[in-house]
Amino acid sequence: MKVPVTVTVNGQVYQREVEPRLLLVHFIREVLGLTGTHVGCDTSQCGACVVLMDGKAVKSCTVFAVQADGAQITTIEGLARNGQLHPLQEGFWEMHGLQCGFCTPGMILAAYDLLQRNPNPTDEEIRHALEGNYCRCTGYHNIVRAVRYAAEKLRVQA
Amino acid sequence: MATRYFGVAMKRREDPRFITGRGTYVDDLALPGLVYAAMVRSPHAHARIKAIHKEKALQHPGVIAVFTGKDMVDSGVKSLPCGWLLPGMKLPPHYPMAVDKVRHVGEIVAVVIAQDRYTAEDAAELVEVEYEPLPAVADGAKALQPGAPAVHDEAPDNVCFRWSIGDREKTDEAFRRAHRTVKVELVNQRLIPNAIEPRAAMAQYNPATDEYTLWVTSQNPHVHRLLLAAFVLGIPEHKLRVISPDVGGGFGSKIFVYPEETIVTWATKQVGRPVKWTARRRESFVSDAHGRDHITEAELAVDEKGKILGMRVKTIANLGAYLSTFAPAIPTYLYGTLLSGQYEIPTIYCEVTGVFTHTTPVDAYRGAGRPEATYVVERLMDVMARELGEDPAEFRRKNFIPPDKFPYQTPVALQYDSGNYEGALNKALEVIRYKELRQQQEELRKQGRYIGIGFSCYIEACGIAPSQVVGSLGAQAGLWESALVRVHPTGKVTVYTGSHTHGQGHETAFAQIVADELGIPIEDVEIIHGDTGSVPFGMGTYGSRSAPVGGSAIVLSLQKIKEKARKIAAHLLEAAEEDVVFEDGKFYVKGVPDRFKTFQEVALQAYLAHNYPPGLEPGLEASSFYDPKNFTFPFGTHIAVVDVDPETGKVKILRYVAVDDAGRIINPLIAEGQVHGGIAQGIGQALLEGAVYDENAQLLSASLLDYALPRADDLPSFEIDHTVTPCPHNPLGVKGIGETGTIAATAAVVNAVMDALTPFGIRHIDMPLTPEKIWRAIREARAA
Amino acid sequence: MYPASFNYYRAMTLQEALNLLRQHPEAKVLAGGHSLIPLMKLRLANPPALVDIGRIAELKGIRRADGTVVIGALTTHREVEFSEELKQWCPLLPEVAAHIGDPPVRNMGTIGGSLAHADPAADYPAAMLALGATMKAVGPGGERMIAADEFFLGMLTTALQPGEILTEVHVPVLGKGTGWAYEKFPHPASRYAVVGVAVVVRVENGICREARIGITGAAPRAFRATNVEQALAGKRLDEATVRAATENMVSPEGLLSDPFASAAYRAHLCAVLTRRALLRAAERAG
Repeated sequence: MKVPVTVTVNGQVYQREVEPRLLLVHFIREVLGLTGTHVGCDTSQCGACVVLMDGKAVKSCTVFAVQADGAQITTIEGLARNGQLHPLQEGFWEMHGLQCGFCTPGMILAAYDLLQRNPNPTDEEIRHALEGNYCRCTGYHNIVRAVRYAAEKLRVQA
Repeated sequence: MATRYFGVAMKRREDPRFITGRGTYVDDLALPGLVYAAMVRSPHAHARIKAIHKEKALQHPGVIAVFTGKDMVDSGVKSLPCGWLLPGMKLPPHYPMAVDKVRHVGEIVAVVIAQDRYTAEDAAELVEVEYEPLPAVADGAKALQPGAPAVHDEAPDNVCFRWSIGDREKTDEAFRRAHRTVKVELVNQRLIPNAIEPRAAMAQYNPATDEYTLWVTSQNPHVHRLLLAAFVLGIPEHKLRVISPDVGGGFGSKIFVYPEETIVTWATKQVGRPVKWTARRRESFVSDAHGRDHITEAELAVDEKGKILGMRVKTIANLGAYLSTFAPAIPTYLYGTLLSGQYEIPTIYCEVTGVFTHTTPVDAYRGAGRPEATYVVERLMDVMARELGEDPAEFRRKNFIPPDKFPYQTPVALQYDSGNYEGALNKALEVIRYKELRQQQEELRKQGRYIGIGFSCYIEACGIAPSQVVGSLGAQAGLWESALVRVHPTGKVTVYTGSHTHGQGHETAFAQIVADELGIPIEDVEIIHGDTGSVPFGMGTYGSRSAPVGGSAIVLSLQKIKEKARKIAAHLLEAAEEDVVFEDGKFYVKGVPDRFKTFQEVALQAYLAHNYPPGLEPGLEASSFYDPKNFTFPFGTHIAVVDVDPETGKVKILRYVAVDDAGRIINPLIAEGQVHGGIAQGIGQALLEGAVYDENAQLLSASLLDYALPRADDLPSFEIDHTVTPCPHNPLGVKGIGETGTIAATAAVVNAVMDALTPFGIRHIDMPLTPEKIWRAIREARAA
Repeated sequence: MYPASFNYYRAMTLQEALNLLRQHPEAKVLAGGHSLIPLMKLRLANPPALVDIGRIAELKGIRRADGTVVIGALTTHREVEFSEELKQWCPLLPEVAAHIGDPPVRNMGTIGGSLAHADPAADYPAAMLALGATMKAVGPGGERMIAADEFFLGMLTTALQPGEILTEVHVPVLGKGTGWAYEKFPHPASRYAVVGVAVVVRVENGICREARIGITGAAPRAFRATNVEQALAGKRLDEATVRAATENMVSPEGLLSDPFASAAYRAHLCAVLTRRALLRAAERAG
């Protein structure tokens, strides 16, 4: 069985026929070739696959592509606008919020979700909001600083 | 030379690709005609394979091939090699797929190759394997008991090796005349590394050239190439190119040559298509080499003044079902040799029994032997301090090796290069405000709150070397590093390093070294790594060796470049070579700084060779192999402060202070990041992580639903500081920083929890310190 | 990581969903997917067909009907967590929702999906029992209301019949003098509840008129601590009374056990968390 889906990813509309069992993360990575979204586990925990679906962070390994039919998806590739890094991307760079880089796209998009709701989070709130994203390299110390950096910058911009 | 980059906390040059989703990891790669492999793995810990039926899987639409271990062996594939041999060690074969028997849960029995991942997974379920289950043993101590099921016929008692270091008689004698002795029994539990990027491999065979290319998540692609080509697959080494692109963390687990990359490299030729395999996380749990797994009895003896007289250690090291690439080295030369810690210990004796069990192979995991040693030493120091009623910091201080005794020869083979242990301790005590904290602890206890302060004064040996010495100890490889520095005609520079970065930031830190040495902008430097097709040779990245060994190799090449460039400059300046000075990217005649040639001008002339010193070869590049004179020995003091809820047993880390000394620091931002990550993994071991096998050697903690990795809200922000005691024997004065956090943190946290539980009279609880274990200990202590 | 094949049917109305379930009795219902898809990825669940109800508008939204709050089955955990209405009408639910999974999971997972799945360690069941909630189920034979006490039958088993869809959750508006709290001890890896205790107390003049205690994670299904509820009725909810009522309140026998927490430890946690939840609830009740 194949099912047609139409998904807008980073502003571009894609129409494809997919098996219903195809996970959104594989649709993004393999059908569309956008490999910035990663797969780190198989139990919906690590958060390497987080993308924004209709503006909210979701684990794309736990969504079927058919569920995203009609949705707007933002992946890490779509976060910078006109060559301008998003403050979160900038924050991760400035504060050394990444080492191997594998968890980074999911981490940034989960943090994006947080800052939408809470533009001025405490360290504790940042840590709590990122509990669905594992990082094995940084000990999270600089990730917290990166998110704080972005929050400050976004507040100034707003 | 004016320092412009060395020591500067530069943000990383590799980051733009990662923060925009443009990193290239193995699973991101695709090739025309790519097909996918799914492994059929044993559900049994120990079983005889009676038959494997491929038919149903082969009939499944989209399936291209199904292979078994017998298929591989019949075509001449050999056992995976072990790269470190100990005298008298048993070395049973380890085929990429089981041939007659399976010996741990997750061992591969067949591979299915299909057009896509989902189909491969479907068909893997259709391969029918008939097993005759056999009794199994997972625990290292139980495997040594008479009558325990044997893992290999070659080792009926499951003993792989018995190894010892130090002077037994002298140590026994020290214990006989001791004023006080303490003994602890410790389990250093098995850990599962869990780099966030699962291992992956993709191979392609080109029949036109008879060449193979393997893209693999490797910390050391040249080692992968050598072992796979020469030892396992019988491919001429120059016909196998191994590429390790961006790699999502390693922590040791990506050093080793595994069955999966062997299988896809072999299978790509069989099916005539490129083949890719990517681990599902559940496969990582049963197939990535595990770490630690020691059972230890350790004793310490002191005299009337509380000065240490001797240490005695007996360890059972669980090696798993097969010998992983460097398995025998970890619980021996990277463990027993570290037992002197930061202390003057006149005599030490340590014996280690390496044991086979029906479990996933065990090998190096971040720290590799050294965290195990530190845990033994630092637990002993704490237990003894309490026994003597002394402050744990002061008891340590009293026994430190004083700064004027370096180089210091320990009784367990190593010669420490440099150190100032008291300096690091003092700084850590100052940062944490120790006296106030002890007072606060007293007051809180009166209110029924239990906070604890734990120390870990650790030593690390890293940049493992020199080759001749490690060779005499059993290493089957040299432990130097290579670097090729190529200066282009425009003065831009490409460095080909044998080190591999999978998070460590070499593209930045190494470029900082090069830019300084040549006096050129850092933008003019490119660091290439991870490809046997372009990097001449390399030993890779593990054991915190990239900066001290890989970085030093680059320096050697840069010196050669500068020597040759000076000759060219002297010719251009019409001066004697010895009168030419190189500074800030300019060659000038001594005393006449405005008569100069830039590095770029000299580089151009090296390639034009028009106006050129007679007899000198054109071109400007240099290759070096740096073989260190010794290990280097970072050290430091870490202090953890914890709060234990006596009702639930839950531990919260309130503060964590780390004062590390890794010699000169190339990039403080990167170095601190390494410390943070290391601490997180050490805390993970202390409080959260641990592989759990049941009586039948089934892995119960086989997914991230069961095996707890530290999350953001499990950890505090860390307070990081450092002292600087340069390494005296490498050209950069650097030590290693990649593992210090992990080596130190585990003991610091456990000591802190035990400190918190002192009022209950609890002396020791084995890791991980889960709430239930603490609750039980408190309950039992109260009952008693 | 790679689910087995299935046929996919999308319903845009409740009636369509019911029809599809009648036509495909072997099908499972897909809402947010955050209970089902993880099992399918591990191939622990291999349904031959899924009926996707995720887009049915009539199953969404939070509204109030007199003293009852009606929550559509498709309401996500995130919507519950941040609902201003619920914070006023039934603040226990936002407090519980904030403990479910992690933020991206809460963005997709739904209250109906979680309840219909009935994971023994899920958070909502404790709250449903403490609130005395009612589930509305619609099936081929029409609709019916199922009390929370009758809803959770066992490990992954509810009172829902084949062909039935959970459409709404009805909870009472918590009035003045009512206190609530949720205390959770999460598993460090899965973050499911090792034990989770939800409490609702009604206090008049300092005296507890009614206490309802729902416990999840400890046993194969969520249950009420009726012994404690009874022991506290008519009492002052002070530390000593609550401690006395909760000590050894649950026997380890029949409780879940795993490498992280034995049955005995779970029994102990039940007592500690129930006491803590009750005291916090009592304080809120004023």
